[in-house]
Amino acid sequence: MPTIFVDDRAIEAKTGDNLLEVLLSNGIDVPYFCWHPAMGSVGACRQCAVVGYANPDDTRGRIIMSCMTPVTEGARFSVEAENATSFRNSVVENLMLNHPHDCPVCEEGGECHLQDMTVMVGHSDRRYKGLKTTFRNQYLGPLIGHEMNRCITCYRCVRYYQDYAGGDDLAAFGSRDRVFFGRAEPGVLDNEFSGNLVEVCPTGVFTDKTLSKHYSRKWDLQSAPTVCQACSLGCNTYTSERYGEVRRVHNRYHNEVNGYFLCDRGRFGAQHVNSPKRIPGAGIRNAGGLYEPVSIADALDKVKGLLTGKVIGIGSPRASLESNEALRQLVGADNYCNGMTSTEREMHGVILEVLASNLSVPTMMEVETFDAILVVGEDVTNHAPRLALSIRQAVRNIGQQLAADTGISQWHDAAVRELEQDEKSPLVILSPMTDRLDDIASDTHRLAPNDIVSMVEQIIEAIDEDKPSDAKDIASTLLAAKRPLIISGTSLSSPNILKVSANLAAALARKNPSTGIFLCASEVNSVGVAMIDNTGNAEELLGNRSETVIVLENDIDTRLGSALLDEVRNLVVIDAMDNPTTSRSSIVLPAASFAEAEGTFVNNEGRAQRSMATFNPAGDITPGYQLLSALGGDHLSASGWQQKLTAEHASLAGVVTCAPDEQFRIEGSRIARMTHRASGRTAMLADVSVHEPQQPLDTESPLAFTMEGNQTRAPASLRPYTWSPGWNSNQSIHKFQDEVGGPDKSGTTGTRLFTGSTELTGFELSEEASANLIGQVHIFGSDELSNEAAELSTLIPQPYARMSSATAASLEVSHHDGLAFGDIIMTVLVDDEVAERCVVYPMIPGTEALGSAQLSELQKVAGYTSPSDPLRPSLITTDRTS
Amino acid sequence: MDMILKAIWSQLVTLFEVLRHTFTKADTVEYPEEMPYLAPRYRGRIVLTRDPDGEERCVACNLCAVVCPVDCIALQKTEDDHGRWYPEFFRINFSRCIMCGMCEEACPTYAIQLTPDFEMCEYDRQNMVYEKEHLLISGQGKYHGYSFYNVSGKSIEDKDKGEARNEAPPVDVRSLLP
Amino acid sequence: MEELFIYVVIFGTLFGVFGGAAILVWFERRLLGIWQDRLGPNRVGPFGIGLALADIIKLFAKEDWIPPFADRFVFVFAPTAIVMAMLLGFAVVPYAPGIHIANLNIGLLFFLGMTSLAVYSVLLGGLASNNKYALLGGLRSAAQMVSYEVFMGLSLMGVVMLTGSFSLVDIVHWQADNYWFVIPQFIGFVVFVIAGIAESHRLPFDLPEAEHELVAGFHTEYSGMKFGMFMVGEYLGLILISCMIVTIFFGGWLGPAFLPPFIWFFIKSFAFICFFILLRAAIPRPRYDQLMSFGWKFMLPLTLINLLATGAIVLWI
Repeated sequence: MPTIFVDDRAIEAKTGDNLLEVLLSNGIDVPYFCWHPAMGSVGACRQCAVVGYANPDDTRGRIIMSCMTPVTEGARFSVEAENATSFRNSVVENLMLNHPHDCPVCEEGGECHLQDMTVMVGHSDRRYKGLKTTFRNQYLGPLIGHEMNRCITCYRCVRYYQDYAGGDDLAAFGSRDRVFFGRAEPGVLDNEFSGNLVEVCPTGVFTDKTLSKHYSRKWDLQSAPTVCQACSLGCNTYTSERYGEVRRVHNRYHNEVNGYFLCDRGRFGAQHVNSPKRIPGAGIRNAGGLYEPVSIADALDKVKGLLTGKVIGIGSPRASLESNEALRQLVGADNYCNGMTSTEREMHGVILEVLASNLSVPTMMEVETFDAILVVGEDVTNHAPRLALSIRQAVRNIGQQLAADTGISQWHDAAVRELEQDEKSPLVILSPMTDRLDDIASDTHRLAPNDIVSMVEQIIEAIDEDKPSDAKDIASTLLAAKRPLIISGTSLSSPNILKVSANLAAALARKNPSTGIFLCASEVNSVGVAMIDNTGNAEELLGNRSETVIVLENDIDTRLGSALLDEVRNLVVIDAMDNPTTSRSSIVLPAASFAEAEGTFVNNEGRAQRSMATFNPAGDITPGYQLLSALGGDHLSASGWQQKLTAEHASLAGVVTCAPDEQFRIEGSRIARMTHRASGRTAMLADVSVHEPQQPLDTESPLAFTMEGNQTRAPASLRPYTWSPGWNSNQSIHKFQDEVGGPDKSGTTGTRLFTGSTELTGFELSEEASANLIGQVHIFGSDELSNEAAELSTLIPQPYARMSSATAASLEVSHHDGLAFGDIIMTVLVDDEVAERCVVYPMIPGTEALGSAQLSELQKVAGYTSPSDPLRPSLITTDRTS
Repeated sequence: MDMILKAIWSQLVTLFEVLRHTFTKADTVEYPEEMPYLAPRYRGRIVLTRDPDGEERCVACNLCAVVCPVDCIALQKTEDDHGRWYPEFFRINFSRCIMCGMCEEACPTYAIQLTPDFEMCEYDRQNMVYEKEHLLISGQGKYHGYSFYNVSGKSIEDKDKGEARNEAPPVDVRSLLP
Repeated sequence: MEELFIYVVIFGTLFGVFGGAAILVWFERRLLGIWQDRLGPNRVGPFGIGLALADIIKLFAKEDWIPPFADRFVFVFAPTAIVMAMLLGFAVVPYAPGIHIANLNIGLLFFLGMTSLAVYSVLLGGLASNNKYALLGGLRSAAQMVSYEVFMGLSLMGVVMLTGSFSLVDIVHWQADNYWFVIPQFIGFVVFVIAGIAESHRLPFDLPEAEHELVAGFHTEYSGMKFGMFMVGEYLGLILISCMIVTIFFGGWLGPAFLPPFIWFFIKSFAFICFFILLRAAIPRPRYDQLMSFGWKFMLPLTLINLLATGAIVLWI
C-alpha cells in the first residue's frame, strides 16, 4: 500500500493501480475518456492530465497522464495545479471543435460522459471559428443507432468491440481528422454484445435505437434494480420505465456476476413487457369459446370455487421463488411440480448436486481468472451469452502472466496486448457445431452429444494413464494449467453431458484443488425452482386426472407437449403473455411481468438475487404471488413469502437476507425510483384528469414510485439507478464502489445459497439415445420472452438444417435445398464443422416439433428457393441518412 | 449615542418619506376598465412556434419539462422518417403553471415562448390543460429567422450532413491523403 | 337615569369599537394603499367601504375548522380571551366629561392588567394548536409581551407621580389644569407608544405572527370567525392603545370649545390610529433578538432614567 501525496493530501493507494484509479477511488474527480475500468488505459485522449513532481524539492512538476502513471511510495502529484486544469480544459476544447450542436436531439443528452467532463473542466465557448468536420452515418441494425459527427475519437468503441468482445465488424477507418468508427459496409452488427457500445461510448455516437423509438431522458425514467430474465446467469440490470412502458435496460454493476457489461438479449429483450401480446386483464372462457373480460375479483372468486378437491399446480422456472412457493402452498406440496420436463429436472438435479459439492464453482467474474478452459457441449454465446465475454477475458491470462513476468502493469492495455500478440490461454471446445468462441479456441472438436460424453470419459481416463490421443492432449492441457475450468450446461438437453463434466471436474480436482466447474442452467430461476421441488412430475400428476390445474407463467404446450392438458376440465393459467397454453385455458389471470413485480431468482451459481418492481402495473395486472395469495386467502406480501420459503426449505435460508425487506428505510425515507429531477409530474396524466392522482403506494418493497426519497445512499440491492452529482452517465458507478472495479460500498449483493462441503461421489451415466437432430439455441429466438421484444424479434433467424457434406450426401440434399418435417421447412446449409451424422436446426418459435423427430423423417422439398442468408433475418440493411 | 440618534433620525425620515406619498398619484392601472401596456417579453400564455420554413421548432429535448419548477410540462419525443425529432404530444397544465419563463430560457430552439396574453381563465380546471394543437402557433413568435437544424449536425429532410451552418462537407473516409 | 346612561355608554362603546374595528379593516388597507402608491380596496361600494361588510360576511361564512390534533377547549377559548380582555380595557376609558363606563381609582392599573391578560390568548392559542409554527409564535409573543409590559407600566409611573392618582379621569383633569403630559413626560410617551405597538403585536413588532418565518404564527391553525376574533382583538388593541395615549398624554377630551369634547377625543384617537398604520407602512420588522435586546438594553434604561428624573423633580421642585 504505497502512500502518495495529491495536492499535499496523503492517500493510501492500492498496489498495482494506476494513478487515475487511485484518484477516482478516493473521490477525487479527474476527467477521462479513453480509460475504462474493465478495459484499462491506453493514454489516447490526454484528458486525465495531472502534474507529477520528481521529488519533494520539485515545485514546477510536469504534466503526466494519470491513467498511464503507476503509483509509487511517496510520489507527489497535483490535480488542482493551474497548468493541469488549463491543460484539461484545452483538451476538451479541442475535442469539442467538431462536436455538433446536437445535444437537444441526442439520445445521450442528460447522461453524457462528454457533457459531464466538459462541465467538470469548465469549458464553455467554442473559440475556433473554422468549419466542423462531418461524417455520414451507417445503418448498424435494429438495435444500435450511429451518429458519427459526435465522435471524439477516444477509440473506446473499437477497443471494446474488437479487443474485449471479440467482434470483427466494427473498426476504425480513415486517417487524421477523418477517422471513422463503423463497419466496412452498412449492416447489422454481428457481435452479441454490441449493446454495450451504448454505455461504452462516452458520447452519443452509438445510441440505443430501441430506446429512441420511445425516448425519455435519463432523469425522467423511473428505474429499479432488476435481475435479467433472459438466461440463467442472473445479470444485474436497471430496468427503466416511463408512461407505463419499459423504455430501456442498463447494466447494473455487480463485481461478481456481470461486471460492467450485458449481452444484447438481456439489454434489449426486456422490451417484451411492452408486447401487444400482454394479457391486460382477467378473462373467463364462455360457452362460445371466447374470453369474456371480467374483473380480477370476479375471476378470483370463480377460481376459488374450483379449488375444491385435488388441484394440481404447475410452477415455472421463469417465475419467481415467491410465486412458485405461493402456488406450492396453495395446492399442497404433493400436488405441485416445478413445470420442467423430466430431462430438465434431471439436468438441474445434477447442477444442484455440483453446487452442493465441494467442487469449486466460480462466479462469472472469477471465470476470467482461470487459465485453461474446457467447454463441454455448451453453446455459451447463445445459451448463457454474458459468460462468453468472461471466457474471452480468461484466454488473455497468458498475456497477463507475460506482462506480470515482464513487470508491466495489468491496466497497461496496449502494452499487454502488444506483448501477448496472438498468445492465448488454452480453450478447448467440444461441441456438435461451430461455436462463436472458435476464434479464440486453441482446440475444437465437433462431436455428436453422445460422442462428447465418451470423449470426456476418455479425458478422465487419460488424466491418469499415459496413452497418446486427442483426449490425452486435452487432459494434459488441463493438468498443466494452474487453474483449469470445466464449463458445461443444459443447451444440448443432455443430462449425461452435465454428469460427465462434473465427473471430469471431480477427477481434475483430485489432482489440482483449484479446478473449477461452471454449469449453465436453462432459465432465470431453473435452479431456484429445482431447489423448491425437483421431484414433482407433471406427467404423473396430470395422469391422475384432475379437475382443476393451475399453471403459473409456463407455456406447457410448448415445453411439455400439448397433449398433456387435453384431459383437464378447468385450466387456470396465470401468465403475463399470450401463448398456446393461455389461449386454451378456461380462466386466465393477468400476471405482472418481471418489471412490475418483486421476485427472488436463483442463478446458475446458486446466488439468490432480488429483482424489484420498476413500475406499478396498469389495471388488473397483479404479481403472480399476490394472485395466488388472494386465492389462498393469506394475503402475504413478497417478504411474507420470502419468510415462508426460508421456513419451508432449509437450503433457501438466504432468500430473506439477499435484500432488505419492505420495512427498510434510510433516515425514515424510502428509496425513490425516480430521479430528483423527474419532470412532468403535474402534466403527465393531466389529459385524463387535471386532478393529480396520488402516487401509487408500494407495499412490497422499501422503494417508492415517486421522486421523493433517497438514492445515493441506497444499498446496491435497492439502488434504482447510478447517479452522482456531476456524474450523470453510468460512469458514476465508481462513486458507489469500494474502489474502482471493486465491490459496492454496501457489499456484494445476492446471497450464495450453497456452501459446498459434500464430497461428490461421481455420477452414474444414464442410457441416452443418440440424438442426431440437434436443436441449436439462438441468442435471439430461443427465449420465450425476449422473442416478443419488438426489435429482437426481427433478428430471429429463419429455419435451417445445418449438416456436414457427408450427411447431406446421405440425405441426398445439397446446399440451399429445402428440407421439410411436417410443415416446418428448413434451408439446408452444408457446413463441414457440424459433427458427422448430425443435423442442426435452430430452436426458434415454430421448430419445437423437431425435438421429437428422427433424421429419417426429413423430406427434401422440391423446387425450393432459399433465402440469401437464412442465419440472418431479411432486414433492410440501409440507413435513411447514409 | 451618535448611532442611536442616527437610528432614530433614520426612522423619522422613513416615516416622513412614506407620509409624503399621501400626495402622490397611485401607479395602479384599473384593469379591466383600462388595459395596461404589456411588453412583448411579458410572461403570459405559453406558445410553441415554428421555424422560418413553417416546421415545428420543438425537437422534444425535454429541457423545458425538466426545468419547470412545478413540473407542469409533459411531452414525448418521436421522429419523422428523416430523423427529425418532434413531440408526439406536448402538454402544459396551465392550472399549475406559474409563468416563470424558465422553459423559454431553457429552450435551445426558441420553440417555447411566453406571450403577453394572460387572460386565460376557465370555469373548469380541465380546460386549463393545453395540448400541442392548442399551443402550436403558425408563426415564429418573438425570435425570427432561427432554425435549430440549420446549426445542428443531425441530418433531416432537405438538409444533409455538412449543409448546416459552419460545417464542412462530409469526409471521404476512404481517402488516405495526408 | 344614571344607570340607564351607563348602559348607553356600554353599548355605545361596544358598537363603536366593533364598528370601528370593522371599518379599520378597510381603512387600514386603503391608507396603506395610498402610502404605497396603490389604490387599495375600491371595488365594493363607494371607495370600497363595503369591503368591511364583505369581510365580516366572509369571516362568518368560512368553514370554522378545528384541527383534530388540537386541544379543543383551549383552542376555542383562546380567541375569545383576547376580545374579552381588550373590551374590558375600554371600561376605564373616559371619552368626555362624565361619559365613561367606570371611573376606577385604579383605572390605569386596570388597563395594564387587561392588556396583560391578552398574552394568555396568544399563548394558549399557540399552545392549543399543537403546531410547531403556532407554538413558536406563542412563545415569542409571551416573551415579547411580558418584556414590553415592564416598560409600559413603568413609562406611565411618571404620569402617576405627577398626578398623584391612578384614575384616568384624574389624569385628564390634571392636564386640564396644567399642560398635556406629552411635554413633561415625552420619554414616557415615546416608550408607551413603542410598548403599546408591541403589546398589540402590530407591525413592526408582529413577531409572533411573522409570516415570512412562521407561516402565520400563533393563529396558523385558526380559520373562520375564530381567526376573525384574533383579528378583531388586534384592532381593538390598536384602538385601545390610541385611546390610552390620547387620554394619558394628549389631554383626553380637552380641546378648543368650538367642538364638543367627545369629538376632540375621537379626532385625537383617530390621528394615532393613522400614525400606527403609518408605522406599518413605513417600518420593517426587526429580527426577534433585535426586538428583545432593544427592549431590555435600550427601553428599560430609558424608562428608568425618566422615572428617576420625574421622581427627583416631584421631590425637590
